[in-house]
Amino acid sequence: MFEIIENTILAPNVHRLVVRAPRIARVRQPGQFVIVRADVHGERIPLTIGDADMAAGTITLFVQAVGTSTLQIVHTPVGGALQDVAGPLGSATEIEQWGRVACVGGGLGTAVLYPLAKALAEAGNEVTTIIGGRSAPYILLEDELQAFSRKVIVTTEDGSHGRQGFVTAALQELMEDPRRCPAVVFAVGPVPMMRAVCELTRPERIRTIVSLNPIMIDGTGMCGGCRVRVGEETKFACVDGPEFDGHLVDFKLLTDRLSMYREEECRMLSQLPEELRNQIVTVRR
Amino acid sequence: MKNNLQRENGRWGQRVLMPEQDHHLRCRNFDEVNLGLSEEAAIAEARRCLQCKSAPCIAGCPVAVDIPAFIAAVAGTRMAEAARILLADNTLPAICGRVCPQEEQCEGLCVLDRKGQAIAVGYLERFVADWALRHPEQLAPTVIPKASGKKVAVVGSGPAGLTVAGELARMGHEVIIYEALHDTGGVLRYGIPEFRLPKEIVDIEVARLAQLGVCIECNVVVGKTITLPKMRNEHDAVFIANGAGLPTMLNIPGENLKGVFSANEYLTRVNLMGAWRQDHATPIPRSRQVVVIGGGNTAMDAVRTARRLGAARAVILYRRSEAEMPARIEEIKHAKEEGVEFVMLTAPLEILGDNQGWVNGLRCQAMRLGEPDTSGRRRPVPVEGKVFELEAQVVVNAVGTGANPLLTATAPELGLNRWGNIEVDTTGQTNLAGVFAGGDIVRGGATVILAMGDGKRAAGAIDTYLQRCKGRPLM
Ligand SMILES: Cc1cc2nc3c(=O)[nH]c(=O)nc-3n(C[C@H](O)[C@H](O)[C@H](O)COP(=O)(O)OP(=O)(O)OC[C@H]3O[C@@H](n4cnc5c(N)ncnc54)[C@H](O)[C@@H]3O)c2cc1C
Ligand code: FES
Repeated sequence: MFEIIENTILAPNVHRLVVRAPRIARVRQPGQFVIVRADVHGERIPLTIGDADMAAGTITLFVQAVGTSTLQIVHTPVGGALQDVAGPLGSATEIEQWGRVACVGGGLGTAVLYPLAKALAEAGNEVTTIIGGRSAPYILLEDELQAFSRKVIVTTEDGSHGRQGFVTAALQELMEDPRRCPAVVFAVGPVPMMRAVCELTRPERIRTIVSLNPIMIDGTGMCGGCRVRVGEETKFACVDGPEFDGHLVDFKLLTDRLSMYREEECRMLSQLPEELRNQIVTVRR
Repeated sequence: MKNNLQRENGRWGQRVLMPEQDHHLRCRNFDEVNLGLSEEAAIAEARRCLQCKSAPCIAGCPVAVDIPAFIAAVAGTRMAEAARILLADNTLPAICGRVCPQEEQCEGLCVLDRKGQAIAVGYLERFVADWALRHPEQLAPTVIPKASGKKVAVVGSGPAGLTVAGELARMGHEVIIYEALHDTGGVLRYGIPEFRLPKEIVDIEVARLAQLGVCIECNVVVGKTITLPKMRNEHDAVFIANGAGLPTMLNIPGENLKGVFSANEYLTRVNLMGAWRQDHATPIPRSRQVVVIGGGNTAMDAVRTARRLGAARAVILYRRSEAEMPARIEEIKHAKEEGVEFVMLTAPLEILGDNQGWVNGLRCQAMRLGEPDTSGRRRPVPVEGKVFELEAQVVVNAVGTGANPLLTATAPELGLNRWGNIEVDTTGQTNLAGVFAGGDIVRGGATVILAMGDGKRAAGAIDTYLQRCKGRPLM
């Protein structure tokens, strides 16, 4: 059992959980994730390790309740425990001295982006961070990112915070400024957003790294359920990724495969109390 | 004696039949198919044994169980003695009695097999093992020797890991098993379905290890959570038994469509994650038509699972003929009884999908058997022009598994063969001092009993190593 030390709400249905997992805290690297099972009947859910405190033996997870399993995870109270936490899984982010780097996060993707951006900045890169969301309450970790970014640009669809519009518009402006144009872009967020970022950077041949979130089970390369198409090859995201060259990723396949259990998910959701269901449906929209 | 009488009469008696759940019922539930022999049936079967002096059956058993001796005890209704003899050589008989390919091992060498009436060694093994599970009080308690002060780490809790752990604990060593998944048993848990091997049996065997003082830590992925060098530093010896957990891809178009699974994924969802039960969150598609590609035990398990999940048409697609199928004979028989369709001499060319990205069929190539290949089996060759389509909403790839590189990739000093399997000597020793390995990671996809045999042999070698070596290996 893995004890919950902290559970705070960051945005509607988005929680920051601090979980006791000393072994994982000791060795995890940016870009890696854990697989979590809330209880003995639960699914195995991959979650990015947002941060870790080696001395305290804890890891930080940012979790958005988008279905019954994630809902159960975020509703685990402080002092309660998650049944299983396994990891750290996946390959660590390739942290190099690229020079100017743009880190683009959409929705919960910002939480996945956070450890990468931090590590990139610590390695001496000049990090410009662009984060977007539907409206002000959905903008995550702005202050935390500000701490090490050269600049944080916020976009919201309704203009309630930062610039109105999408992250791509802000990125495009950055790319058009020769003094600011990034050598490398890291993009994490909903599939349509990552795809749009890749389409933007492709003609300019700006290396773009995306973090993929396919459905997983074991997270060790045993089942192949997490397979994604990258260039001419089929890769297992849990071991070969989760980060890949965005210009080679088959986003259509990823979207397709992510929709595999939509019917089951809807059925499970329909069994939830109405209030919880509404929360989730709002987030998903 | 009865045996003499039989011999004089030239009658060997009929091999006992295993009572089974009715096939109309069982193809819709996950309860165990084989119900087990009654005591009377077991005794009668045991009395058919000729007690051959040469005991060819023992030679066929990878762990050399003293088969005639335990059968003689059953024939004499001395069940506790039978259990003691069996358990002395096989630590997991309730599992082996259910899943060993006896026809290729002990029973295949039984002199009565020539008459098609081999002694049902597997059924008797299961009978005695189940009796022992019900009568723990009648078994002599295991005496654990004084603690040796040596500590051994085991990677993986499949049959190889469980066996080595039990043996080492009985020798007085401290053993800790690290398991990547959230539950124990390896393939016994995530691969072999409930209807063939009830998970309760795996639980009992694991509990028995705990009684011996073996510590099992789940959710530890060796190579990620801890590395092999660190494990070597912290323990006096290491045994690696992480199995063959890497699905072999078909490399045909359409393989990534929704509804196409590796057998590992399909079976893991159902067995480990409990997708067949209402109260478990993990989903699995319950489709009308399911095609499973392959001819081994894994394929049979997947296709019989598909039937139980409600498939009206569940098909085995195999590129050779039934005679070449590597599956246990019993699995093939059960699958057929349960209404599984066998489409033989057929290879998949392409998996077909609809515009939503879901699989809706397969394009297949008819094959015929040509010359034998290096494995001695006749090689399937395409029959020109014979291509046809099969409908399917789920396709399961059960063509095989390879060595999972997750651990070995983080231990480059470990010697591997060209398929990525760990290389060991006859005792299970790798090229690294104090590091041993066994089971599927060494052999490629093999069997439960071979994995156990490796564990048993390695335990002996590890014990010798520990007695010889003073301290921990210097890194
Ligand atoms: C569906 C199916 C049906 C089968 N049916 C039969 C049958 O009827 N009869 C028969 O004899 N054989 C059968 N087999 C084969 C048999 O199950 C295997 O040969 C046997 O289980 C191998 O044992 P093992 O201990 O080497 O590995 P496994 O049983 O594979 O166990 C390995 C364990 O190690 C864990 N692990 C992997 N990587 C790591 C890591 N890095 N760190 C920590 N732990 C790790 C795994 O999670 C797993 O629990 C079947 C196999 C399958 C897949
Ligand atoms: S999640 Fe099973 S192989 Fe990646």
